[in-house]
Amino acid sequence: MKKRSIEEQFFLWLMRFTTASIIMVLSGLLFVIFKKGYHAMSWAMISEEPQGGFYLGAGGGILNAILGSVYLSVGAIILAILVGLPVALAMNVHMVRYKIWVTVIRFLLDTLWGVPSIVYGAFAFGIMVYFHLRASLLAGIITVALLIVPIITRAFDEALRTIPNGLLETTYAIGGTRSEASFVIFFRQALPGLITAVLLALCRGIGDAASVLFTAGYTDHVPQRLTDPTATLPLAIFFQLSSPIPEVKERAYAATLVLTIIILVISILSRIAGRRFKKYVL
Amino acid sequence: MSNSAIVRIKDLNVQSGNTAILKNINVEIPRNKITVILGPSGCGKTTLLKSLNRLTDLQPHLKISGSIFIDDEDILQVTDGLTRIRQKMGLLSQKPYPLPMSIYKNIAFGLKIQGVSDKKIINDSVERYLAEVGLWDEVKDRLHSPASRLSIGQQQRLCLARGLAVHPEIILADEPTSALDPISSKKIEEKFIALRDDFTVIVVTHILRQAKRLADNVIFMYYGEIVEQGPPEQLFEHPVSPILKDYLNTGH
Ligand SMILES: Nc1ncnc2c1ncn2[C@@H]1O[C@H](COP(=O)(O)OP(=O)(O)O)[C@@H](O)[C@H]1O
Ligand SMILES: [Mg+2]
Repeated sequence: MKKRSIEEQFFLWLMRFTTASIIMVLSGLLFVIFKKGYHAMSWAMISEEPQGGFYLGAGGGILNAILGSVYLSVGAIILAILVGLPVALAMNVHMVRYKIWVTVIRFLLDTLWGVPSIVYGAFAFGIMVYFHLRASLLAGIITVALLIVPIITRAFDEALRTIPNGLLETTYAIGGTRSEASFVIFFRQALPGLITAVLLALCRGIGDAASVLFTAGYTDHVPQRLTDPTATLPLAIFFQLSSPIPEVKERAYAATLVLTIIILVISILSRIAGRRFKKYVL
Repeated sequence: MSNSAIVRIKDLNVQSGNTAILKNINVEIPRNKITVILGPSGCGKTTLLKSLNRLTDLQPHLKISGSIFIDDEDILQVTDGLTRIRQKMGLLSQKPYPLPMSIYKNIAFGLKIQGVSDKKIINDSVERYLAEVGLWDEVKDRLHSPASRLSIGQQQRLCLARGLAVHPEIILADEPTSALDPISSKKIEEKFIALRDDFTVIVVTHILRQAKRLADNVIFMYYGEIVEQGPPEQLFEHPVSPILKDYLNTGH
């Protein structure tokens, strides 16, 4: 009896300690970013492209990087969904009888998930050099898509795996057609999982610097075409933070603040969406 | 109707690869009676039940031959109109599967599939069939909350109401009480007995006592075959085959 209660106390305190440290790290992080960045925050910062001499402290903003990052990650997400959803569906619907292959695919995707993003960047860069291609929005989109395809496919896979077979049978038994069945199954039962997967991958894509370092390039203008190079928030932070000029460094923190807010908003949205749709799930 | 049997199965065989799941099933199921399919687990009861509303179609690797006449129509030959055939039957599975939507919509969904759009008819049906399964008083204040929040016993009764709402002729139930508490089980059993006047009920069970409580007609299966069939007095009091005698003695 005594031993049990000591054990209980130990794990209770361990839990409190880890929870507190997570909260402290997160709030510390937000505090530092906010404190260092908010001086440089202004409407111009998020609504203007950099002007001449921006990186020496002159006027302008990081609209190029904000929009660049948004274009890039949205493009990559769309591409990744186009690849990932069919693969996940195939794994759970068409290939259910080839369990070995599904297991192998899962293992490969999990391995790819763990590959550092600089490897994807180097891989894509190698291909671009081979074909004499310039860094561009399109190349960045493809590279980031490569990076998040394993994430999104496995997350879709997990969402689809949890669908009980009996639910499908039930829907048909009521007299549902294929489209009614998929409405019930996919849009009600699996949707929360699918939405979370997309937003998770979006966060990963928008915050990744290494994969776009060589592939997307950098420019002071908002890209107009897929073949234009594009700036991204992680790189904007990187370049400004390496500057010796204090105003520029401060702007790096402002850019960090923008990126953090974007990611925070996406996370909160995914929570809300999850809750909104999840209540019906069995 | 010339024949009092609502379902007539002739030479039904179901195979998966080289293994036979159902072998030469020949049986008639009488209208407005409770037919109990009894047998140890793995003997093919679920497969037989699913063949009746072609849920076996969802497993394309199953090879099915023979005929199943329902109301004198061979449903294994039907290519379109599967929806119409499935709606002749309400299905209760081992574990209840309410649809991932509100309690109200669980009942309305089947009606909408049938093309009913009149709000008043739908509202009336929801109340009527929830009352029918004794659920109305328990849920009338939270019709629009998710069905997933009901208890398992309530969910199973909701599934029964959902099945009844689309006016089936046959209720198919696959061990419908195996996941339920004794009180919910009793409610379901009582409901089946009450439904007998208007419906044909086919219940799969491996519980001998439940079979004795419910059956007007018994089908005893063993390893994919029907060993004996007939009225309960005959099967339970005067079993012929050694397998059934053994089963009745040991209870499994
Ligand atoms: N889809 C299927 N594919 C292959 N074998 C199956 C399938 N469904 C059931 N079986 C096999 O058929 C036999 C009968 O199963 P089932 O009808 O579920 O029995 P019961 O409901 O009586 O327990 C079992 O041996 C089972 O493994
Ligand atoms: Mg079974």
